This record gives sequence, structure tokens and C-alpha cells, in this order.
Amino acid sequence: MSTQNEADHHPDGATVHGTTDPIQILDADGTVLSNAEVPDLSDDDLVSMYEDIKLARQFDQRAISLQRQGRIATYAPMTGQEGAQVATGYALDRQDWLLPTYREHAAKYVHGMKLSALLKPLCGLREGYAIPDGVTVMPEYIPIATQIPQATGMAWGEQLQGQTDTAVLCHFGDGATSEGDFHEGLNFAGVFDVPAVFVCNNNQWAISVPREHQTASETIAQKGAAYGIEGVRVDGLDPLAVYAVTHAALQKAKNPADGERRPTLIEAVQYRYGAHTTADDPSTYREEDEAEDWREKDPLDRMRNFLTNEGLLDDDLEAEIDDRIEAQLTDAIESVEGATTHPTTMFDHVYDELPDRLREQQDELESLRKKYGDDAFHEVLE
Amino acid sequence: MSSTGSDEAATPEEESREGVSQVETETETATATTTETMNLVEAVRNALHTEMARDEHVVVLGEDVAENGGVFRATEGLLESFGDERVVDTPLAESGIVGTAIGLAMTDMRPVAEMQFMGFAYPAFDQLVSHAARMRSRSHGQYTVPMVVRAPYGGGIRAPEHHSESKEAFFVHEPGLKVVVPSTPADAKGLLIASIRDPDPVVFLEPKLVYRAFREDVPTNAYETPLGKAAVKREGSDVTVYTWGAMVHPTLIAADNVADEDGIDVEVVDLRTLSPLDVETVVDSFEKTGRAVVVHEAPKTAGLGAEIAATIQEEALLHQEAPITRVAGYDVPMPLHELEDYYLPQALRIQEGIRETVSF
Ligand SMILES: Cc1ncc(C[n+]2csc(CCOP(=O)(O)OP(=O)(O)O)c2C)c(N)n1
Repeated sequence: MSTQNEADHHPDGATVHGTTDPIQILDADGTVLSNAEVPDLSDDDLVSMYEDIKLARQFDQRAISLQRQGRIATYAPMTGQEGAQVATGYALDRQDWLLPTYREHAAKYVHGMKLSALLKPLCGLREGYAIPDGVTVMPEYIPIATQIPQATGMAWGEQLQGQTDTAVLCHFGDGATSEGDFHEGLNFAGVFDVPAVFVCNNNQWAISVPREHQTASETIAQKGAAYGIEGVRVDGLDPLAVYAVTHAALQKAKNPADGERRPTLIEAVQYRYGAHTTADDPSTYREEDEAEDWREKDPLDRMRNFLTNEGLLDDDLEAEIDDRIEAQLTDAIESVEGATTHPTTMFDHVYDELPDRLREQQDELESLRKKYGDDAFHEVLE
Repeated sequence: MSSTGSDEAATPEEESREGVSQVETETETATATTTETMNLVEAVRNALHTEMARDEHVVVLGEDVAENGGVFRATEGLLESFGDERVVDTPLAESGIVGTAIGLAMTDMRPVAEMQFMGFAYPAFDQLVSHAARMRSRSHGQYTVPMVVRAPYGGGIRAPEHHSESKEAFFVHEPGLKVVVPSTPADAKGLLIASIRDPDPVVFLEPKLVYRAFREDVPTNAYETPLGKAAVKREGSDVTVYTWGAMVHPTLIAADNVADEDGIDVEVVDLRTLSPLDVETVVDSFEKTGRAVVVHEAPKTAGLGAEIAATIQEEALLHQEAPITRVAGYDVPMPLHELEDYYLPQALRIQEGIRETVSF
């Protein structure tokens, strides 16, 4: 990978990378920077990366409106952050593990989850977090930062079993870097030198708390130095740069050069355009126009301009993409809406074998349902 | 320092602490001059405001409590009234919040720390159980941790995973911690004020399902609802239902329904403080009715229902006329919202439990 950043060529990693300006490949209008190199992706991959970013943005809008209509529960939007999610996903090999948070809908999709599966937890379905066979995506992590030491453990486990072609990538926000689990996970990763890539989606806000209030460190990437691992800052709204940086980190994780440590902390500098979740009202704590500067560097616009400049995208293809996205979203929503699960499935998969005590409770629930009917459970009795 | 200077609680000297204004405070029994109608979350806010105005040592800290006024708006307006040295948005770290709150309390501050949801308090568990709970005991009464840790808890609001659990038993199990759960706006205010003034650490659990469920008249003055005292919400002679938090409301409905439909006369006891338990009220009521049902959202196994049933057996066995019934959450992880109505005890299941107990 080559970029405009001098620091990138610096032989010894962490501190230097960690404090530089974010690495970019595309400038704000999508032109390839003169000293940067477009990553080695096929034309088809570049176009489909764009399509996935666009799909993610549409998914976001649909999910927000479904929530407003009461058809799904609280949703964490990703607009502004789709570029980084999709690009990190493209950098992964099929067998690599992905540990997402509640916001990484697009990252999950790119790594093999169906759109309908993304909607299931939002519909509150019992099987909401089920992961299909062969898809190496962990159920989303809601308690902040808890995935970080687990990512280290999974990377360690793969390493102990000689799976040298498998790395683990975990996502988290800027707020997560304040938790003890962040420290513990990265420290173990450094000590055991495991094939893990830690992607901090620094979207500038942890609900209402701004980045500068979260840590007195100048950057998040520089925290890598404390663990003896490389820290890299990348423009999180530049999908090509995020791809390049993540791809390099994964390669290093699997196959480090002499003297290189496997783990990397990537700080993808971006912005949460919208609310923290549909339950949040950002106007109580930040200025609406703060987003303007960031929108100038919008990942979707940048990729569109890039592809158009390269002659890879025109109006016909754009229309085709839009149709495909629309059809996919409609299908996904239809397939989950109205879906129900049997109430006693809450007793499934608690243990390998259902203990007698739970079986009795399950029977009790069944006999109540028989006696009173399901509606009785949903009525608020007066 | 929060030195008690003796083996006794620090309460009597409270009023003379520096920075504590000498306004009259009244106990529950005193007649309040004015009232305002409030819901439960407004009452929490009002209590915080009242105590912060009275005692400049009271500080509020947590995630999103200042600028945003808390994700449930429980701390709204406090930043404007008391400034950012006393209403503090912390970094996102629960062990950091509770650990620093212990430190603040040790230096004579009165921290009220917020855990955004009970399900996110676990990183702070070590600080709570290994230190807050034991400082008095370890220092042989020399030091205390006069700290409150507030946390919304409980189900029924279609929240995402980890936002609906009811794990009060974890905290009740730890000697040295007090655990308080209001079920009404007036109790929320009085109990929170009492918790802030209490010389020992208090885990104050707020049933978020009823944050905005109903309003009632709440005295505008500063008053304490004593910790460790249950409230008899409904008198009856056939069976006692013990409960707390968001389950009080459906229990009262169930009590009315079985009175109408089956002529069963139910007494309802709202425990209000889970630790220390008001054994006297629990036992007195049982001696009267001879039958008990315990209702809680928490999983049945090793929930507080077990403690209450055992206490009754120890203290009032000879009055017992029927097995004690527990109507509780099932012993499974709290399901995502599609199934939460089946998981939580509803009036339906409570009625069923009452009938079963009485017809034994
Ligand atoms: C341990 C824990 N504490 C608190 C919360 C409540 N909470 C949910 S999201 C959030 C902010 C997270 O900010 P950040 O890590 O920057 O990620 P972002 O949501 O911005 O993607 C908080 C405090 C939680 N889920 N887990």
C-alpha cells in the first residue's frame, strides 16, 4: 500500500503512525491523491463495494422509518460510517472472524449475513442472533468493549491450532476505548502477539460525549504504542484507504515480516451523521451543522465520483444498482415481518440439555397458554 | 474524610457538615406544605435537585448525565443548575465511574453515580463488592462510602438485549450494600434522598417500565422515606403478595381481580428496600394471612423470592397454611422483546399464583 502519508513509509510503527493525519487515498471529491495508489481490487469489486455502501445507506433509511412506524425496535443508524464498515469487510477473507457491535450492520452483511438476518434482532425474534453455519460473524456485542478481549482470545485460539490463514477483526467505537476491556484486550494481544485487527470506528461521539472528552490522548491510534502494537489512523470516510489499511493489517496479522508484531489498532476517523439510536435526540447535545464538514467527505459520494472518473459507473449501471437494492430490501423486510416464534423457544439452547427445573417452567408456560390463550399475555390487565 | 470517628453511623452529624445548608428537612410523617404532580423519573430528578441544592458535596457522575440529561432524562437540568464540576459526563467506563465515586466519597463528597442500565453495571461489580461494600468493615468503622449508584432496571419496554434484566439479587447478596427499589414517584423521591444521606453505599434501582407510567402528588420539600421499611400497599387477610418495583402495579391489579372474581382478600407488601430486608413487616403480614406469594421479574432460581420464603419459614412456620409460591421470571436469559410478555410475570400469572396458593 502506498499513500500520501510520509509516516506510512516510516520503518517503525506505532507512535509515528498513531499521531499523523489520517491516511487517505481519495480526496474529498473522490479523486485519487497524486501520491496514493488505488488498492489492488478488481473493477467488479470496486463497483460492488459502492453498491454495498449504497445498500447500507438505504437499509439505514428503511430501518429508521420502520422504527418510526413501530415495526421494529430501537435501531442504531450507521449513515456516514458505511464506507468503513463495507471496506473492512472487503479486506477480510471468508474464514476470518468478524466481531461487530450493534452498529455494524453493513459489516455483517458484507461478511456473509443476509439482510433479513440483520432485521431479526430488531424485530425481537428469539433467533435474532443466530448465525448461519459457515458464516464467521459473532452475534453483535452490546455491552461496550466486551468483544475486544474475546477477539484476542479467538485470534489466539486460531493461532494455537495452527490456523495461520485466519485472523480476527473486531469493531468498536471511540467510547469503547475508555473501558477496561479495551486495555486488557489490546494488552493481551500485544503480549501474545496474536493475529487480531482492532478497528476503532471513531465517529466523534459516544452518545452525547464528544471524543475529546473521552480521552486526553491526542489520537486513539497512538494508544497502540502503549501495547507495543502498531496504531494506524485512517480517513474512515475514504473506503479505499480503509480497505488498504485493513488489508495490510490482516496480511501482517497472518504473515508478519521479520520483527513485525501481528496485532494492529486502526483508528478509522469518521462521523456519526445521525442519532446514536432511534431513541436518541442529538440536538440536545450537539450542533446540527457540525455534520456539514464531514458530509463534504461523504463515502458514498466519494466512491461514486471515483468510479465515474474511472469510467466504471454510469447512469444505467446506477439505475440497475438502485433496482437491485430496492428489491433486496423489500424482500428482506417482507421475509421477517409477521414472523413469530413459539414462546417456549426461550427455553431452547440455554444448556446443552434442558434441566428438569426448566422443563417444569416450560410446561407451566404451556399450560397457561392453553388455559388463557396467547392474547391474555399481551393484554395489560386493568 | 468520611470518617465516622466511632462505630456509630454518621447520620447525626450530617446536618452540621460544612456546605450543608441548615434547611429544615422533614421525615415522611411530617405534613408537607406543597406538592407537585410528578411521574417517577421526574421525582428522581427532583430528589437529585433537592439534595444538590442542600448539600454542595453532592455530585452526579455517569455516562451522558450532564449535557444530555441522562438517556431517560433523570438528570435533566442539573448541569444548568449546578455546573459541570458537580454534574459530570464521565468517559465510558463503569469501573472508572464507581471506583472514582468511592474515592470521592472517601474524601467527604457525596457522589451519586449513574449506571446507564443495570445490565451495564457489571464492569463496576468489583469496585462495588470488593470495596464499596466493605470499606466500613475493613477499616473497622473508621471509613464509610456514602455513595449512591443509581441504575434503571427491568423489562417490558421492548428494549434491546441486556437492557431489560432484573438482577437485584447480585447486589443483595453482598453484605455492606443497601439495595433500594421505589415503585412510586413519592417513594422514589423520599428513598433517593434517604439514600444520598445514608452513610453506607446504596444501590438504587429504578424500575424504568414505570418511569412515566403514572403521576402522583409529591411533596416539594426535602423529605426522607426511611430505608429498610416496607410499605403495605393494600390490606388483606387471605394471602400476602410480596413484591417491589415495576411488579407492584400488576400485583395490585391482580389483587383487585381476584377480590372481584374469587372473593380473595389480598395483602400487598411493597418491600421498597431489598437489603436490609424489613423482616418485621414481612413476618407480621404473614402471621396475619398465613399464605404468601412472592412476585419478581428476576429469574426464579436464587432470586429474592427464595430469601423471603426462607425467612418466613424461619420466623413464622407455625402460621403457614400453604406452600409459598414464587411468580418470577423463568430461569432463562431474558428473551428479546417478541417473547418478553411471556417471560415477565403479568397480572395473569400473578392471579394464577394467588389462586393456587389460596386454594391449596
Ligand atoms: C458497558 C456498557 N456501558 C454503557 C452502555 C450504554 N451505551 C450504549 S452505546 C454507548 C456509547 C458507545 O459509544 P462508542 O463506543 O463511541 O460507540 P458508538 O455507539 O458511537 O458507535 C453507551 C454508553 C453499554 N451498551 N455498555
